[in-house]
Amino acid sequence: MTKAFIAGSGTTAFGSFPDRTGRDMFAEAGLAALDDAGLTSADVDEVFYGNFVGTLSERQGHQGPLVAEALGTTAPARRVESACASSGVAIRDAVRAVRAGDADVVVAGGMERMSNMGTAGATDGLARAADDLFEVRAGVTFPAAYALLARAYFDAYGGDRTDLAHVAVKNHENALVNDHAHLRQEITVDDVLEAPEIAAPLGLYDACPISDGAAAVVLCSPSYAAEHGLDSGVAITGSGHGGDTMALQDRQSLAKTPGTREAAEAAYDDAGITPDEVGIAEVHDCFTIAEVLALEGLGLYSYGEALGAARRGETRRDGALPVNLSGGLKAKGHPVGATGAAQIAAVRTLLEGTHPQSDAVDDDVTVGLAHNAGGTVASATVHVLEVVA
Amino acid sequence: MSDSRNAGYDEFLEALDSGDGYYYECSNAHGTLPPRRACPHCGDRDLETLPLPATGEIVTHTTVTVPTPAFDDDAPYVTALAAFGPVRLTGIVRGVDPADVDIGDAVTATVKPSETSGDRTITFRPADDTHD
Repeated sequence: MTKAFIAGSGTTAFGSFPDRTGRDMFAEAGLAALDDAGLTSADVDEVFYGNFVGTLSERQGHQGPLVAEALGTTAPARRVESACASSGVAIRDAVRAVRAGDADVVVAGGMERMSNMGTAGATDGLARAADDLFEVRAGVTFPAAYALLARAYFDAYGGDRTDLAHVAVKNHENALVNDHAHLRQEITVDDVLEAPEIAAPLGLYDACPISDGAAAVVLCSPSYAAEHGLDSGVAITGSGHGGDTMALQDRQSLAKTPGTREAAEAAYDDAGITPDEVGIAEVHDCFTIAEVLALEGLGLYSYGEALGAARRGETRRDGALPVNLSGGLKAKGHPVGATGAAQIAAVRTLLEGTHPQSDAVDDDVTVGLAHNAGGTVASATVHVLEVVA
Repeated sequence: MSDSRNAGYDEFLEALDSGDGYYYECSNAHGTLPPRRACPHCGDRDLETLPLPATGEIVTHTTVTVPTPAFDDDAPYVTALAAFGPVRLTGIVRGVDPADVDIGDAVTATVKPSETSGDRTITFRPADDTHD
């Protein structure tokens, strides 16, 4: 299948930066990606920008041209909004553009600024990813939605909060060496279990933090990459996008995320790979249970089997399938609209050997996976990245 | 926020409040709630209006301690999904200690004002509860 070459990537530090403007954060990430690619603003044909709550947090609509301008270009730009999958979908649209030959060089990424809204404001903003009439008005918060899934999962397959706690411990441990991570703090299973509840059965340490930040990648068409010597390193070789009903009440199953399965099957088919070829994965762990649901939806584990993966050590950095070596959303942080692009940047640098956790990637690993989810996985994107050098 | 109504949804809440709840069922027996013109599962447009079963069963639940501002005074509260025949409703469980809510509990559905904003909220009560 046609490759979309990743010529460069860049991210800001993730953390609490209430005074930083979104346009400046995206400029930092996007310009770093262009520098990394050895390209300039004048080379950019289009900009694909993911953002979720910018109209609430910055009172700013029409952010596409605004952030393109911040990159030093008036190239055609659009803002893609798919809740927490905003930049996963932006990347996918960008991949389709360069593969179709509509563009040779694109910047794709995303940004979120949330800490300026305060915890209550951000909680309210994040809840907008749920169905307003049938969920938000019944008290569903973003953590509550995943708590409803967690309880249903335990009911279907067994297990308990201790299994989930191991996911948090693993991802915090992975973030310790990542100087761009929001939370660089070692935690124990007991810390997780004793943390204040936010939406039972989930507690504070089952949840990702409220983060600010931006991430971007530069993608090139195969012909442009060949002409300009950019056809080495890592390329996106498979892309998939899955959907589901918005509200949990309309789902066929509350212990599975078929949107992820649909995206994964499309991405594997596109890349011509099978799940057992995947050597590392960055998956959407906005809550500990989300990592479990993701690994099963991706077909990396059978349904009901991923809950104990972190506890058994299989998904730790020295395990058979390291998952969220970056620290994941859980510890690296989750600036919602930036997350999908940050995952692509992480997998790319992990495979290229330039990520602080690259030493955990075995030499024979050439295939990585990035999984981004929106809402309770009514939107999901999966991208397959492969070493092409 | 404006006072404009949400056609379809508001009529549904009013019917539920007066004990005349209903749901839509498509030709393939998928249940769903208004406003709908097509079944979200199969696209069928032949949606029959049927009476909502009097009692439902909790299929999952959570106790929310960190609410959105609209539910500040309600927290902690239990939000649950309950199955009423082929359709599920999402609502706040009242009239029972949060620690005593379990999957499989039988509930009835009605509409009550939230404690914080007074907004109408789908509310579940234990099916054996005779209090208002």
